[in-house]
Amino acid sequence: MAGKKEEANIKAYSQNFTTMTPGPFAKKMRTCVIFQIIRFIIINLKMLVVVSKSH
Amino acid sequence: MARLVVLGGGVSGHTAATFAAKWLGSAHEVVVVTPNAKWNWIPSNIWVGVGQMSKEEVTFDLAPVYAKAGITYKQAKALSLNPEGNATSNKPFVTIEFTAPGKEGTTENIEYDYIINATGPKLNFGATPGLGEGSNLGEHTVSVCTADHAVHASHELEKCIQKMKKGERQKFLIGTGHGMCTCQGAAFEYIFNIEHELNRAGVRDMADIKWISNESFLGDFGVGGLHMKTMGYAVSSKIFAESLFTERGVDWIIGAHVNKVESGKAHYELLDGTMGEEEFNFSMLIPPFAGVGLKAFDKTGEDITTTVFAPNGFMKVDANYAAGAYENWKASDWPKTYQNPTYSNMFACGIAFAPPHPISKPMSSPNGTPINPTPPRTGMPSGIIGKAVAHSICDKILKGENAPLHEASMANMGAACVASAGKGLFNGTAAAMTIYPVVPDFDKYPGTGRDTDYTFGEIGLAGHWIKHILHHLFIWKAKLKAGWTLIPE
Repeated sequence: MAGKKEEANIKAYSQNFTTMTPGPFAKKMRTCVIFQIIRFIIINLKMLVVVSKSH
Repeated sequence: MARLVVLGGGVSGHTAATFAAKWLGSAHEVVVVTPNAKWNWIPSNIWVGVGQMSKEEVTFDLAPVYAKAGITYKQAKALSLNPEGNATSNKPFVTIEFTAPGKEGTTENIEYDYIINATGPKLNFGATPGLGEGSNLGEHTVSVCTADHAVHASHELEKCIQKMKKGERQKFLIGTGHGMCTCQGAAFEYIFNIEHELNRAGVRDMADIKWISNESFLGDFGVGGLHMKTMGYAVSSKIFAESLFTERGVDWIIGAHVNKVESGKAHYELLDGTMGEEEFNFSMLIPPFAGVGLKAFDKTGEDITTTVFAPNGFMKVDANYAAGAYENWKASDWPKTYQNPTYSNMFACGIAFAPPHPISKPMSSPNGTPINPTPPRTGMPSGIIGKAVAHSICDKILKGENAPLHEASMANMGAACVASAGKGLFNGTAAAMTIYPVVPDFDKYPGTGRDTDYTFGEIGLAGHWIKHILHHLFIWKAKLKAGWTLIPE
């Protein structure tokens, strides 16, 4: 089977045929500790902005 | 000396009571009436429901916390309000019935100067035949609405895992148990935490996992969906939700009103009017919410419940309940001060206030069955509203009856939300999102209804870390430990 396994869940003309699906790099980055530490800081800063606008 | 009575000790009521006690000091009295002996950080019930946390980790005893705060604590449920007093007194009062061991069933009238209704929801399992009776969970499905429910759910999940390890294929059905449910987010978290745990147990290939909900599109979440700015595009939450469901191999049924549950089978009606049924070995279906059933009486004893409360049992506040059709809805329909329009010393916050209308567009099947999410009023907005209401009442007590009220409209307020998709220090993930404002304002933000500079989301390990830290942070805050006022709602 030559296909990519992360695309295997898509079924032609089923309800999930029109969505996007992450590739191996995108999935790897989700749990890459160094990248996620950076995202942790950025997400927290973004959340703090929204929290400050809401009080 | 004034007395403020807070009905309910959940996120909103606890926030209101603790800030009021701090601001009022010992010169005035704050009374909390709640039927529960323990406070529960409900967002972490998801992890209890998959066996990754214990009940003790998500709950703590309320009595010592209220004793420390100088709050009078009554372990009881409110039965009725007499906002004009009765034939012998003009002083308003609330009638409560104790639930504390040794005092069960005894009643008391508590007079008040101000009252906050933060009673939260009645879990209306009884609205769907087979889902339960009244507010009690039935035998065919599980729930993560309370810590005890979540413990039961984790035991049932473990039984399924053991069956799969013996080679018995299992079907999982997770979602909403009625056409008028809210809290799709909790079900979303639970389905992906189950999927994560099945992977961890090495039995994912033995499971068929399916989502069923009343949303008209995946990613509606009761807020009409949201658009997030990604790679220069404003992308609908529908795309992200469908992507995650596809990636994790989870099928979905949407626009569904579950109308009957029996052993191993759920019956449903879809928005197009067709009927269907889905078999399951394990199912968690969120019940619809209703008001807790408080009554209200005037001075003569006449029933004025319909004056004080909306038909769904939630308390009327300063919302526009006459907005009518979806096309007429405005952000300004949403309440700002949460003051009851009839009795100015009564307020409601959290789930207990009656929203003017849903946030998602109302829909119904050709058979006339309404199928659309009702508006969420939990989490961050719930805490902010509780604090604003407490601030208004404290100002009235300390500065005079004419002190201006504080405002906290969900149409001017954002929310930060972290939805777990699996627990693990290095392999967990969660969708971290912000939404601004919670209620879309299509006049101010044409198109998406929201400011896409402040509405974003992404999934990853960082989101999981944030959710785990928030678990400890909010329990710390709720226990009134050092610096609790510095932690935002």
